[in-house]
Amino acid sequence: MTATLSAPLPPTPRAPRRIAALPTAALFLGALYCLLPVAWVLIAATKSGRELFSTFTFLPGTGFTENLADLSAYRDGVYWQWMGNSALYAGLGALLSTAVSALAGYALAVYRFRGREAVFNVLLTGVLMPPVILAVPQYLLLAEANLTDTHLSVLLPSILSPYGVYLARVYASAAVPKDVVEAGRTDGSGEWRIFRSLALPMMLPGLVTVFLFQFVAIWNNFLLPYIMLGDDEKFPVTLGLFTLLQQGASSPALYTLVITGALLAIVPLIVLFLVIQRFWSLDLLSGAVKS
Amino acid sequence: MPATALFLLFFALPVCHALYLSLRRVEVKGLGLGSGAREEVWAGLSNYTDALTDSELVAGALRVLGYGLIVVPTMLGLALVFALMLDADRVRGRSFTRLAIFLPYAVPGVIAALLWGFLYLPDISPFHHVLRELGLPEPDLLDGGPLYVALANIAVWGGTGFNMIVIYTALRAIPAEVYEAARLDGCSQLQIALRIKIPMVAPSLVLTFFFSVIATLQVFSEPTTLKPLTNSVPTTWSPLMKVYEDAFVRNDIHTAAATAVVIAAVTLVLSFGFLRIAGSRTRQGETR
Repeated sequence: MTATLSAPLPPTPRAPRRIAALPTAALFLGALYCLLPVAWVLIAATKSGRELFSTFTFLPGTGFTENLADLSAYRDGVYWQWMGNSALYAGLGALLSTAVSALAGYALAVYRFRGREAVFNVLLTGVLMPPVILAVPQYLLLAEANLTDTHLSVLLPSILSPYGVYLARVYASAAVPKDVVEAGRTDGSGEWRIFRSLALPMMLPGLVTVFLFQFVAIWNNFLLPYIMLGDDEKFPVTLGLFTLLQQGASSPALYTLVITGALLAIVPLIVLFLVIQRFWSLDLLSGAVKS
Repeated sequence: MPATALFLLFFALPVCHALYLSLRRVEVKGLGLGSGAREEVWAGLSNYTDALTDSELVAGALRVLGYGLIVVPTMLGLALVFALMLDADRVRGRSFTRLAIFLPYAVPGVIAALLWGFLYLPDISPFHHVLRELGLPEPDLLDGGPLYVALANIAVWGGTGFNMIVIYTALRAIPAEVYEAARLDGCSQLQIALRIKIPMVAPSLVLTFFFSVIATLQVFSEPTTLKPLTNSVPTTWSPLMKVYEDAFVRNDIHTAAATAVVIAAVTLVLSFGFLRIAGSRTRQGETR
């Protein structure tokens, strides 16, 4: 009835009589393919501008510290400002988005009210409606409110995530037993208190997933800031690197900066992934198909 | 309950905002109304007829169709194969390979395109280096037919891991008794995979297919990122790029909006049509 929402267990160590060679080889090939560009950028970032074009691709160079210094010095450290912006957009945006998703998902899962199905269907449409399609009307709307080219113009549209609400609802209905809510009511607790002290802790593992999902989605978003922002001091790092690459087309000396910048931009996300992947309940992402 | 009203407000407000936005969009393009000093007149459906008969948009749609025909089957095929391999008995390096294949999900599309873009550049690419050493012809990956493959590769690289995890999770949910029964009946691993595993994860395959198609329809950042590296990606390569071009480069908000509505409509029609087919096939009575 209820889905199992725990993270997949690591394989139990049983004494293998023999390794299944073919599947193992296929998996390692897949891993190689997936790690190749990451390994490349790691090495390429150590090359000076001349080495980049002259030495073999996977031969480390000698210019890493120099590249780092050049990148930091580029336009008075605008790169670090981009990183800061990305952290702000993704961190704050994901936090607010998770809070809204938690409230809305909980309400949809626990309360029966008129129009609940209608609300949910609208939500489902929201999940299906690609958010990027909304970007143009959002721009027009924010332009009218004189908010374009501000930090808010990127932050505000990120807050309501239909998918986040959907996930929170799926998770709330699986993790928060109706009896607990009932018991809280009999004890005379207010609804807000029930939500805060009973339901929220139960929903926490799911909300971590929603947060991470939103964080990655906002950090990776390109179209929204591309449309909204004109002033490059407000750019997130994706957009910043893109503009740098565009300039690099006319002066390839900037390529090393782009490469070093790309490496530094994926490091935080990869570290984040490795550290918290144990908290990811990834099966929640496939919550829609639980049997 | 007062809290219910509060929650409803909290939730309904953004939804109404979204609705307002959606209405507004229709109004802006459908009626041809907009802000600005220019005189604006009722346009009727002319924006739509313009958009639909625009050869650039049609060309863009065809390009994305070709791109999708490469991306979706390759990505889902690989995801399914990897998920089955992960789920197979006596496999080594399971957690490492799972993490490695999933890792590209953490890399932003723009940066993925940027990394691969450099790997495609003849002066830098290891592939070209190897081909040169072997004296083989070096195809220009950033032009013509290979460009589709080059772009598709970026999407496959970024998306396979996520889809693999979704399918793998579904595989782990299959009760062990099913396998026991199959083994007692003398099924081989391959037969189990083909006859039991794949049919039982069909709903997740449907789901991943569906997400992949939607993602394909909105491809934007990868071709946009590759643009500075080559001359062969036009500014209207994908329909969404055309919307951007119309709205912000040519300053023709109305055509852009009409095009956006057309893309949204296609997406929704596909989505709901698809959900209906999937729903009737899997007969799931929940959440709808």
